[in-house]
Amino acid sequence: MELDPLILSRIQFAANISFHILFPTITIALGWVLLYFKARYSFSKDQKWMDAYFFWVKVFALTFGLGVVSGITMSFQFGTNWPGFMETVGNIAGPLLGYEVLTAFFLEAAFLGVMLFGFSRVPGWLHTLSTFLVAFGTTLSAFWILVLNSWMHTPQGFEMIDGVAHATNWVGIVFNPSMPYRLVHMLLASGLTCAFLIAGLSAYRWLKNDRKPGVIAALRTGVFLGAILIPMQILAGDLHGLNTLEHQPQKVAAMEGNWDTGPNIPLLLFALPDEEARTNHFEIGIPSGASLILKHHADGVVPGLNDYAGEHPPVAPLFLGFRIMVGIGLLMLAVSWWGAWRIWRKGGISPLMARVLLGMTFSGWVATLAGWYVTEIGRQPWLVHGVLMTKDAVSDVSGGMVATTLFFYLAIYAALLIAYISVLFYLAGRRRADAPRATLGPRPEPVEAPARMPAE
Amino acid sequence: MSGDFAFLPFIFASLMGLSILIYVVLDGFDLGIGILFPLTKDKEQQDQMIATIGPFWDANETWLVLAVGLLLVAFPVAHGIILSALYLPVFVLLFGLILRGVSFEFRAKADIRHKARWDFAFFAGSLMASLAQGFMLGIYIMGLQFTAVSIVFACLTALCLTSGYALIGAGWLILKTENDLQTQAIDWARKALWLSLIGMVAVSVASPLADPRIFEKWFSVPEIILLAPLPILSFICFAALWIVLRRLPKWGDSFSWLPFNLTMALFALAYIGLAYSFYPYVVPGQMTVYEAAAAPESLVIILIGAVFVLPMILGYTALSYYIFRGKLTELRYD
Repeated sequence: MELDPLILSRIQFAANISFHILFPTITIALGWVLLYFKARYSFSKDQKWMDAYFFWVKVFALTFGLGVVSGITMSFQFGTNWPGFMETVGNIAGPLLGYEVLTAFFLEAAFLGVMLFGFSRVPGWLHTLSTFLVAFGTTLSAFWILVLNSWMHTPQGFEMIDGVAHATNWVGIVFNPSMPYRLVHMLLASGLTCAFLIAGLSAYRWLKNDRKPGVIAALRTGVFLGAILIPMQILAGDLHGLNTLEHQPQKVAAMEGNWDTGPNIPLLLFALPDEEARTNHFEIGIPSGASLILKHHADGVVPGLNDYAGEHPPVAPLFLGFRIMVGIGLLMLAVSWWGAWRIWRKGGISPLMARVLLGMTFSGWVATLAGWYVTEIGRQPWLVHGVLMTKDAVSDVSGGMVATTLFFYLAIYAALLIAYISVLFYLAGRRRADAPRATLGPRPEPVEAPARMPAE
Repeated sequence: MSGDFAFLPFIFASLMGLSILIYVVLDGFDLGIGILFPLTKDKEQQDQMIATIGPFWDANETWLVLAVGLLLVAFPVAHGIILSALYLPVFVLLFGLILRGVSFEFRAKADIRHKARWDFAFFAGSLMASLAQGFMLGIYIMGLQFTAVSIVFACLTALCLTSGYALIGAGWLILKTENDLQTQAIDWARKALWLSLIGMVAVSVASPLADPRIFEKWFSVPEIILLAPLPILSFICFAALWIVLRRLPKWGDSFSWLPFNLTMALFALAYIGLAYSFYPYVVPGQMTVYEAAAAPESLVIILIGAVFVLPMILGYTALSYYIFRGKLTELRYD
């Protein structure tokens, strides 16, 4: 069987980046939440904030570690699988990646050590500053990588000389048209992922009758954070969509599942797009809904896929991915507002509420991945929109080699994901009489003890 | 490349070389501790070994990201050639780094019953990463060719670099620990020293034989005299290490900093020798740094950033080592 290196390399890159994004999505926001816990403790001297800090800093360390190791893989894969990317747009991608390493990676890595292990070694202000610098570093890292990603969608500020992009305007490159929308959308996605993770794991502890003030404080923080961020995210997502409509109309056409350009386009709640027949099956829609959302009046003209026949991205993944993302967003709105209302009016959550929050623990991951699939598959067949086709960037490494490494990557990612989720719940389920004191690791259990006990 | 910017490829080659050297020294001792890890069965000592690198390993590994980043950014074409040629060893390296990196956290946080598994992953990951790096070095020296000879040579450099990492890891333990673990580390260092010596001599002999250009660079008339200090200093370092390691526990702790620093010097000397052999080539025998360099306007932009940021990076890296200076005390979050 002939293995196609292009499709395998795409699957491999998608697997790596999908696995990677799970962890920064948590740490970008969790760093700021830790700073919030630390600040609340500094002002109130209430131990519950420090308890919350010590639990979540462990989650942060674990998540950060996974983000680091999966991120290193990415920086090598540009060369191993996509040499054409750097050969063509290296003059633009290079400095952006370079700035990410120089300004963000070292900052977060160096101060992470102080943040994790320095509490009793450095003055309080330096520990708080380290927490701030780690949070700042993760956010800065997100900024640079989203600048690059946005530039791949809406490239500007360069000229092509002999098939190689040369930068002409760095301000234009950094502040390319889709960057502000994509950055805000992603940072809010990170905030929501983190909010529901905190709420979900805290609800798990609550259900396990672990209802210490620190657990309740984290739970409330998670629910309120979610309730505040979700309306902002819905607004930011809408603006991002309008920006995409302007620059990549074929992507929006695929997201809406709209084949023919025209007015009064319905908002499809469900359908099965059929790219061969160039139509949808089982459509359920709101009349003129898409025209209203995208053009803000009912007879607004919405672009259709048939205008881009042969050059638009695959329709079904975008159409379905978009609906998964929006569906989870609406669920987040309902759950977080219901939870916030209940905590505000009745002072706490109910067992039902706790179970719902537990079920939503990783909802942010699903929404984030669905959203990224929409935007990245939506860029196809381009790697850099209008500049470089994906198929022209792939390396000439054999398909068999890519398939082999892909298999091992998938195996280790699956194992690590299972380990990560089980350790989160293990940490959350483990109760200690005193506040958790992480040392070198859990003390070895006295395995010899039973042997010394007298036989019954 | 226009005359005004002719210095840029050299600057970036130097920066990249410096990050690789810093990486090899700093993550070298982390990986070394991973390699030595199963040599003690004492759980307390294993925890101590990990604790000596806990606050540092992540920042240490970042120098690899910077080195690869600089290769990617400054020499994009070479980045593609080198990494596609080294596809499988790069994969083994990454796989090893993933295993090693996650084990720090998992072994401390997972269910105690699973700790042994993560301990093994820590060892296996460190070993895989070290062997892969050494193998890649060997293939690189051999001009990125996969022949029977180059593969055998690469296996040799893989062992050599791995024992070098074990040596510097043991040096770090001698510096950071006391009593039993320190005594153990001295013993490990003695053994790793011989393997490293054999490996270094082998690479020094094989490189000029493998590539006539390298032979020419070392054994022409003024060069051979000018370069003589490199091998001489290396042997002085080896001899000093041998003496120190034989006497160490008796001399007391005031010399415990010596093995690590001597090993660091040895790494630097070996590295300078290699860098001299290959410059100006970034892809051995095929492409010089001048041919592979990215456009000057892009390099200038990064250079401006690097000039401001690198001193800050060195500053807060030093701060971190200062905060966690001295002998190991119990490492805890609070």
